[in-house]
Amino acid sequence: MKARVFVTLKNGVLDPQGKAIGHALNGLGFPQVGEVRQGKLIELEIAGSDADKARADIKAMCEKLLANTVIEKYEIELK
Amino acid sequence: MKAAVIVFPASNCDRDAKVALTEMTGKAPAMVWHQDSDLPDVDLVVIPGGFSYGDYLRCGAMASQSPVMRAVKAHAEKGGAVLGICNGFQVLTESHLLPGALMRNAGLKFVCKPVTLKVEETQSAFTCGYNNGQSVVFPVAHGEGNYYADDATLDRLEGEGRVVFRYAANPNGSARDIAGILSEKRNVLGMMPHPERVVDGATGGTDGRALFKSLIETLS
Repeated sequence: MKARVFVTLKNGVLDPQGKAIGHALNGLGFPQVGEVRQGKLIELEIAGSDADKARADIKAMCEKLLANTVIEKYEIELK
Repeated sequence: MKAAVIVFPASNCDRDAKVALTEMTGKAPAMVWHQDSDLPDVDLVVIPGGFSYGDYLRCGAMASQSPVMRAVKAHAEKGGAVLGICNGFQVLTESHLLPGALMRNAGLKFVCKPVTLKVEETQSAFTCGYNNGQSVVFPVAHGEGNYYADDATLDRLEGEGRVVFRYAANPNGSARDIAGILSEKRNVLGMMPHPERVVDGATGGTDGRALFKSLIETLS
């Protein structure tokens, strides 16, 4: 199975890189761009075919290492 | 006082810490490799600055999972003193030995300069040799020193006298100008500025000496 984990800053946590990207896009002639938030995409290959187990395992990986839940949230996508 | 310095791949202030500890205590600290799962019998563990594991994933995230950190946690739980400087502070928050997180500097730039700090708290093994409210100058050198915690945590840190150092002029966007904090039991200190770089007047200043003297007096 392939999994994708999206790690992004929680709402309310200041994202200086997102802000800089937004300013740059505005400066490039895209005034329609409002707030920008950036994050990480982590792709994982997971052995086995039990989707529920994979999801539970990936959740544990997120809590232990992939995300810092003090400042970040995560979403898991399985394919 | 017996001390150990943890060495991760890409630690780069481990030798500064060794020189400072040797100068202040008269004996060289034990240098402990991150793969070791035991610590020698020491009073103080220093987690030095640098870019452990190349800052992969998040600063301090990989280091917090290394075998030696289990021993550091056990040392802290027994009440042993732990000092995390710069990347060491990031490792301590990632290990949940200290609350909050260190984020990218608000100005997005790596900041490398001497900064003035206010000593906010002298009721600790690390700062009892300073005067309350004293101004000291320590260097900072970091790209991710922007301290973040939710308001309830920040209120608790301030209410319990756990904000030890505050920036006089905030270089990185840290919440409430926080430069260094203590753990609940006050035996773990994490700070972004570098006290180990200011123990010798010939190389930058001597304002850091009192921090090591405080530890020697309290822990010896």
